[in-house]
This record gives sequence, C-alpha cells and structure tokens, in this order.
Amino acid sequence: MSREISALQKVKNWKVGTTLVMLAVVMIWLLPTLGLFVTAFRSQDDSIASGWWTAIFNPFHQDWTLDAFKGVFSSTWNLGPAFMSTLAISVPATILPITFAAFAAYGFTFLEFKGREVWFSMIIGLMVVPMQAAIVAVLQMFVAFDKWLMTIPGNEYGDIHLAGEYPAGWIVHSAFAMPLAVYILRNYMMTLPNALIEAARIDGASHFQIFWRLIIPMSVPALASFAIFQFLWVWNDYFVAFLFVGKHTVMTYQILSMLGQHGEGWQIVMAGCLISMLVPLTVFFSLQRYFVRGLTAGSVK
Amino acid sequence: MGDILTAVLAVILGPIVTFALYALLNFLVGLLPTKAGNILRPYVFIGPVLLLVGSMLVWPTIQTMGFAFMSADSTTWVGTQNFQKLFADPNFVSTVLNNLEWIAVVPIVTVVIGIAIATLTDRLGPVRERIFKSIIFMPMAISFVAASSIWRLTYSWNVGGGTQVGMLNAIVQAFGGTPVAWLQQETFTVNNLLIMVVVIWANAGFAMTLLSAAIKAVPDETIEAASIDGANAFQSFFRIILPQIRVTAVSVFITVLISTMKIFDVIWGMTGGDFHTNVLGVDFFREYFVYNDTGRASAVVVILMLAIIPVMIYQIRTYRKQEELR
Repeated sequence: MSREISALQKVKNWKVGTTLVMLAVVMIWLLPTLGLFVTAFRSQDDSIASGWWTAIFNPFHQDWTLDAFKGVFSSTWNLGPAFMSTLAISVPATILPITFAAFAAYGFTFLEFKGREVWFSMIIGLMVVPMQAAIVAVLQMFVAFDKWLMTIPGNEYGDIHLAGEYPAGWIVHSAFAMPLAVYILRNYMMTLPNALIEAARIDGASHFQIFWRLIIPMSVPALASFAIFQFLWVWNDYFVAFLFVGKHTVMTYQILSMLGQHGEGWQIVMAGCLISMLVPLTVFFSLQRYFVRGLTAGSVK
Repeated sequence: MGDILTAVLAVILGPIVTFALYALLNFLVGLLPTKAGNILRPYVFIGPVLLLVGSMLVWPTIQTMGFAFMSADSTTWVGTQNFQKLFADPNFVSTVLNNLEWIAVVPIVTVVIGIAIATLTDRLGPVRERIFKSIIFMPMAISFVAASSIWRLTYSWNVGGGTQVGMLNAIVQAFGGTPVAWLQQETFTVNNLLIMVVVIWANAGFAMTLLSAAIKAVPDETIEAASIDGANAFQSFFRIILPQIRVTAVSVFITVLISTMKIFDVIWGMTGGDFHTNVLGVDFFREYFVYNDTGRASAVVVILMLAIIPVMIYQIRTYRKQEELR
C-alpha cells in the first residue's frame, strides 16, 4: 500500500502537466531561433523553395551546405572585418566605463560629502534619459572638435579626427552606460561591511589604497556582472556604432544590409546572424551565473 | 589587423591612463592644505564621471531642448513651429498613438509572462528549471538586429500564396487559411502587435530572472501556513506570493517601460517604421538622418522626454525612500 502511494507520489512529483506547459512555452522561444540555425546551412535554392522545417522532416533530401558562410565572408559582405570592428569597439567600451564607474561608486558609497545625495539623484535620473536626447548635440560637438583639431599645424586635412572612429564610440558608450554602471556598483558596495573599511582607515590606509586593495577585489562579482551586461549591449548595438563609428562597419550594420536582400534567399542573413551571435552566446552561457547574480543583486535583497 | 591593434592598445593603455589620471588627481589634492583637501577629495573619485556625464549627456540634452525651437539647420529661432507642424501631421499623431499602444501592452505582458514562467519553473526539478530558464533567457544575448531577422523570417510572406517559407503563414496555410503579408496588416494594428511579440520574446527572460529570484525569496513558512489554513494553489499565489513580489514586479515593469518608450532597433529592423508602425524613437532617426531636419528631430525627442520625466521623478523618489529605510 505504502509502496503504491510512493509510486503515485513519484509521478506527481514529476509535475507532468507543468512540464508539458513549459515545453509548449519553450517551443515558442526556440522555434524561430531553430529556423535561423537550419536556414544558415541550406542552399539558396532550398531556402527559396521551401520552409526550413522541411529540412528537419526530410534531412537527407537537402543540400546541406556552407555556401551561405562562404557568402558572408566573401568580398560582398566582408563579415570578417566587420567582426574585428565589432570587437574593437566592444572590448574597450566595456573596460573603460567600469574603471570610471568603480571610482565613482566608491566615492558615493564610502565618502561623506555635501551634495552627495543630490549628485547621486542626478545619476539615477540620468539612467532614464533616452540616448536620442543627447545624440544630435554630441555629434555636433565631435564635428566641432574635429574642426578645432584641424587648426593644429600638420593636421590641416583632418587626418587626426574623432568622429567616425573607434574612440568616439568608446566615449559615447562609456558616457551612456555610466549612470547604470555607477548605480549597480554602488548598490553592491553598500552591502560590503563598513567596519572593514573603518578598520583600514584607522590603520592609516588612504582612500586610494582602500579602493584599490580592498574594495575592488571584493567587488569582483558586481564588476563581472556589469562587464557581461555592457559587453553584450555594445556588441549587439547598432545605433551608436552607425552614428559615431561610421568609418568602420560593424556586424549589426552588415546584417541589416543582408536583411534588405532576403529576396535572394534567407540563408545569407541567417548565416550572418549566426556568426554575430557566436560570441555573445558563448559569453552568456559560460558566465550566465555571474550575469544572473548581478541582475538579481541590485533589485532583490 | 589595424582594428585589433587599436583594440589591444586601448585595452592595455585605457585602464593604465585612467588609473594614472585618478592617481594624479589624488596626488594633487594631497598637496592641498588638509581642510581644502578633505572637501575636494570626493571629487577625485566622482569628478571624472560627473564631467563625462555632464558633457556627454546633460549638456547635449539641454542643447537638444533648444534645437527643438529652432529651424531645420539650427540657425534661427522658430518658436513652437516644429511642434505645431508635428501635431498637424496625421502620421505623427499615429506615431504617438503607436507609442501609447506599446507602453500599454509590452511592459504589463512582459511582467505577467515573467511571473508565469517563474512560478511554473519554480515547481519543477532543478535540471528542468535550469534548462527551461536558459532557453527563455537566451534571446537576451541576441542583438535586436538578429532578433528582427529571425522574426522577419517567421512572419515572411511569399507573393502569390504558394509555398510559404515563413512559419506563421505555413501554419495559417495548414489550417486552410490564406497567407498574408503580416507586417503590413494595419487592421487592429496586427503588425504592431506582431513586432511587440519580438520585444516581449526578447525581454521575458530578464523579467523571469528577477521575478524568479523574488519568488524564491518568499519564506516557505508563509506558504505552508496558508495551505494549513486551507488555501488552494491559486489563493496562495494571489494572496501570499504576489504581495511579497510586488516591489520586484514594479521595478521590472518600470525597467521594461523605460526601454519600451525609447524603442528603436526592432521596429527599424522589422518595418523601418512603415505601414503605420512608426514610434518616436524611429521618427527621431528619420527626421534627423533621412530628412536632415534637426529642429523636428529635436522636437520629437522633447516630446519623448516629456513622457519620460514622470518615470524619472518616480525613480528618484523610490531611491530616496529606499535610502531612508537603510
């Protein structure tokens, strides 16, 4: 009798109903992405003639091919250089804002000064300001700066300039990410034991030493979490790259151009998407834990 | 190779230069008399950020407010002409209505789906929970440009109603319906709703993660006590769990609300704002880069800002309240 109950209990513990509902939900999330993976490996003729699911139902009557990948790396689409440009924007645009934000977060957390609340309220308010609000004026500022650079002897033709180059992207990405970065890092630093910092003060350590030797090593989880967040954001960005780093073509820009030509089959744009997703998906799945921990640390106590 | 060299140099030099800058500032403040030094020291830490944010966000935003009342090339003042023209244009009115629709649908649906998935997966074993959650979370790692591509394939329509390579139309066909160009369906704003699906699909993982953490933080005793008192699953969800995750739900709602208000990439990738799917974020882009009209583009931004200011005040107030509780 008791054995029967335990068998029944086992089935109940499996929660078949809930699992089935979740399977159905997950399908909605997976199917469009699966379409991307399958289409990228189909021939042009196949992807024009039939839906990607026919390739799954009938895998042996398909021309599985890497043509689309050859296509995106060919001189038509140049996704290789675009990959490098994306990397060249993303890595510095991740490291720089973290460095700046960490200093500011320390100041807001551990230093007492007049106006601290006001400055920090401003940072909170700025988290909400849309990029669009600043873009026109920042672009004009960069153009004016480049004009000024041309007055420097030897640079009459503007060989050295800011607009359209990587540093412009780094600066803009850093500035726009700053409010959120400071907010996240400060929230984390607030949870560090104050007694430790006071003890270090009494031992004669300067704020600079405490920041560097104590707070930074202790803040690694929050720093990592923001780094992942910012890297994914910059890597996937189209807006800032298009507006400020126009001299270098990034992947999102190329994919949007490919998308414009989907009439010649979806395989090209899907192969492009697949390449562009490799790095973020790797970062994401290998560091998911940090990412999730960081997301939840700020909002849920 | 030049790109890589630039990036490597930036990665190595960037932090060194940044750190040297802060060290220098710190050293200079150290030279001052103690009293002045103590007043200025906080600004060694927060000053560079204030300077960056001030020059790249605050001041440009103020300038944009000015441009909104100037001509297309920002040379003469035109008063409220840009705003008058915008609101006299029926297309712009439809753009604003679209924004309102986005705000009304996306944040609440995202939060509800997030709560539903978090609650359902919480009942499952750890392995299933992790797999399901990873799949729902995955679109967060994908760019909106890639997401647009994926979903444009899903919604695509082959002229003539023959073989359909888009999944949605193939399903419609399988049930005996006639395939249609989904992204051009303006009746009942079907195309808007289909683009919203993409954004909800992309954001649900974020909502789920935060809400799931909140649900797990609900003390088991409160749920047990409710079930001893005879509450069923629904009652204990609505009376016990929901009130305890309210704060998180609101904060997720606000975050999604803000990103919905300034939405750009997805619509730009899906329709470019055509077929009456335009929103303020896309309209700004069009006015500035297609029509070269700084005045109207800035006016669009000012309208967007006006809508965002209440949210901003709410955020600052919430922060102040939290500070008092600490």
